[in-house]
Parts: sequence; C-alpha cells; structure tokens
Amino acid sequence: MTSRAVAPGLFAERDGVPHLIGSACRSCGTTTFPQQDGCPRCTRVDMQPCELPRTGTLWSFTVQAFRPKPPYQGPEEFTPYGVGYVDLGAVLVEARLTESDPEKLRIGAPVELVLEPFRTDSEGTDVVTFAFAPTAPSTD
Amino acid sequence: MDVAIIGIGIHPFGRTDGVSGRQQALHAVREALRDCSLDWSDMQFAVGGSRDGGDADTLVADLGQTGLPFLNVWNGCATGGSALISAVASIQSGASDLGMVIGFDKHPRGPFNADPESMGLGAWYGETGLMLTTQFFGLKAQRYLHDHDLDPAILSTIAAKSFRNGALNPNAWRRTAISEQDIASSTMVSHPLTQYMYCSPGEGAVALVLCRADKARAYTDRAVVLKGVSFRSRRFGSFEVFSPWLSPERGDSPTVEASQAVFELAGVSPQDVDVAQVQDTEAGAELMHMAETGLCKHGEQEGLIRSGATEIGGSLPINTDGGCIANGEPIGASGLRQVYENALQLRGDAGNRQVPGSPQVAFTHVYGAPGISACTILTR
Ligand SMILES: [Zn+2]
Repeated sequence: MTSRAVAPGLFAERDGVPHLIGSACRSCGTTTFPQQDGCPRCTRVDMQPCELPRTGTLWSFTVQAFRPKPPYQGPEEFTPYGVGYVDLGAVLVEARLTESDPEKLRIGAPVELVLEPFRTDSEGTDVVTFAFAPTAPSTD
Repeated sequence: MDVAIIGIGIHPFGRTDGVSGRQQALHAVREALRDCSLDWSDMQFAVGGSRDGGDADTLVADLGQTGLPFLNVWNGCATGGSALISAVASIQSGASDLGMVIGFDKHPRGPFNADPESMGLGAWYGETGLMLTTQFFGLKAQRYLHDHDLDPAILSTIAAKSFRNGALNPNAWRRTAISEQDIASSTMVSHPLTQYMYCSPGEGAVALVLCRADKARAYTDRAVVLKGVSFRSRRFGSFEVFSPWLSPERGDSPTVEASQAVFELAGVSPQDVDVAQVQDTEAGAELMHMAETGLCKHGEQEGLIRSGATEIGGSLPINTDGGCIANGEPIGASGLRQVYENALQLRGDAGNRQVPGSPQVAFTHVYGAPGISACTILTR
C-alpha cells in the first residue's frame, strides 16, 4: 500500500520521527504553522523554516461529532475525531486528535505528534495527515 | 452631528419558502418607509448588502429607478455594520440628509460552505476536517469555561432564554420555548456545544431610514439616535475562527476593540446600557461576549445569568428578541436585526418583550469570520 502526505511542507520525518514544519520570524521570533512568507506580527518578510517540537500540552479541545460537508474529504463512513489546539511553546497548533472521547481529553494533558492515514484516495493511496495523541492516561 | 433612525422595517426571520431574499428586502424597505411616512423617491442614497440573497442595488428595479447612489456592501457578518458606517459618514459629511440602509439574506440549508483557499489557507485544512465554524466555537467555549472556572450547564441556561424570548417575538424563527434539559441532551455537535445551543443560517431582511438628527422631528416623533457605530478587524494574537495556529501571546479580540471604540464615540459606559443585543452564534458566544464587550467582568456571567439579570425584566437584558439562536443568522441582515430590536425597545414598541422602565441606552454587537466585530449604541 502506498501513501502520500495530504500536502507538501506541513510535516516531515527524520530517523522515523515525525515533526511539523513551521516558520520563525528572524526579526521578532514569531512562529507560524504552516510556513508563511510574511510575519503577521511585525509585518516583515524574513521567515525561516523550522522544526516544531513534537510534544506539547492540550490547550483546548472539541470533538467533531458529525461528518462535515465538503471541502472535507474523509471516508464516507464517519468516525468522530477530536480536534484541539496543542501548546508547543512557541506556537499553538490546531490539529486532529487521535482521541475522540471528551471524557478522556483534558486541558493541560501531555500529547505527542503522530502521522496517520485519514482516508484512501481514488487511486488507493493512503492520504496521511498529522494528529496529536495523548501520551499519558487521562485521569480526572 | 448626530444621526437618527427614523424608520424601521423587517421581514420575518427563518425560512420563507417561495420568497426570495430580494423580495424579503423589498418588504423590509417598504415597511421602513411606511414607518416614517416617506417614499423611496425621498431617499438621497442607499447602502446595503447580502451574502447569498442577491445584489442590493438591483432592488431599484422594484423600488424605483430614481438615480440615487446605491452602495453594495459585501462584508460578511459586518455587512449591516459597514452599511451603517457608510450611511453615517454620508450624512455627517453633509453629502446627504436622508438615506436607507438595507441588509438581507437567504442562505442554502445547512452549515456555511467554507473554501480554504479563498481565505488564504491550504486545501488540506478543509480536506482533513478542520474548517468548521462549529469546531471553533466548541474550542473557544471549552477554553473559556476552563479559564474562568464556569459551569458548562450555563450554556443550556443561555440557550433556554433565547428560545423563551424568541417565543415572544412574532418575527423570530424559533418561537417555542425549549427546556434546559432538552437543550443539554440534544445532539452533541462540537463538545461542549449541542445542537440547540447553535444558531443556523437562515433568511430575513431589515431596512432602516437614517437622517440628520436635527431634521428627524420633521418626519417622526419616534426617532432614536445612533450615537455611535464601530467596526474592527482582528489584531495579532486574537483567537479567531479558521486559525491553523495561534500565537502563545493572546491579544484582545476585535469585539473588545470595537466595543471600546463605540462606547468612546457615544460618550457612554457599559454600565449605562439598559438593553443589549450581542452575537450569539452559539450559547458560548453570548457568554464570552458579555465580558468581551465590557458589559460585565470575565467570570461574572454565571452569577448574572443565574440571578436573572440578562432576562427581559433583569438589570442587563440581553438578546431580548431571541438573538441569533432564535432568529437564525442571515448574515447580511443579522446585525441590522439587532439595531431594529433596540430601536423598538427604545421606542417602547417591543410589545410583550418590552424591557420595563423605558430604556435609554441600547447596545448591539456583531462578531464573525474571519475575526471582525461591529457595534452600535442607540439612545432615545
Ligand atoms: Zn516578525
């Protein structure tokens, strides 16, 4: 089975370990995800690609409970998925979460980056995107 | 120079099958003209818009081709606010004395379609299922409840008030009260928000006749004064819909800035407000916006709501016409609906949902994608 990234430039793997690719402003230090050319904080055009930390903490979360309309292209047979912002220090990244039970999600919980196929395209290729997975059992 | 609202008209909100958005706008315009006993030919300018209901300026085919300047506004949720700003500027500049502001819409059923690339986002953002306004509201409410240690049950209490007020409003879409229990147990859409806590895209139209305040008495004895109208887009660091990333440095939302600006313009403070209409795309939005607008402090909302302060008879009545939750959200008309409701309240014409004690200062607040807010203050 072949696979491909959902879009180029979002994430990469080094020694089998995935990381997101952001950009950092050389002028004011602002970090964006994904990469962009101009800095939305200081307005300068001096951004440099950077690897983002692969672990962080959950800043907020929700659960997508129904199958979204297009442009969503996930499988027809819908499985709810979590969505959250993950605090990676220099930047908070919005991402799918591997956990979709709100009872098992907690603000402040440690999470780590994973790559996961979220659909199969018309040629039978797995389309891979990024998500965050809880790293410790969530106990309230 | 003050600007007055001398005529108000509305087409009922909701779903009106077989009646186009343009037809609903025509109805609202004619109602507004009737309200101040003027004719379309008296209008020196018009400004208006809709997102999905058609081009506002084509209404002249039905209203009369008088040659008046007619500006189309295409500004999402701020369509009404932007139209008002433009109308006020036209009158204050001396270019005209009298004109019409129109907002209308008729959206397809279901949630709004979002196109990532038209908003400068990668196609992957939509493809992987991150581009839903409903998710944003769930994420923002979740974090807000956490930060201010608020009981999620307050969300059902807020929505129940919306439906209760909507039941008193003949122009509302949802006119049946729904219990807090039924709201809490309705289908979960985006945790912690359930189906009945959200508004839906809908239909409706509002028209307002504006004129120089010092000339208003020539037309009506029921004028209300538009003391201020403001509009702001987002600054760096604010937490907005469709954000693949956020800065760890939190900035004020456009709601905070637009509210501060309008209170300054009007020369009144949030404590002076007798009735307020705030953006309630869902129940959490009303909760957060109560504080972001300055009407109360962050974290105070739960106590205020539970004490009945935000009810029609309370000390700070909010969304007296049922808000977006009971009226739906026809984007082009929604902001002007709030102004229509406040004009009714200040006139004392709000019927069985009238705020007691003859309110003097009324506030409206709109918030929408991609991080914009428009506010007004009306006085008697
Ligand atoms: Zn910068």
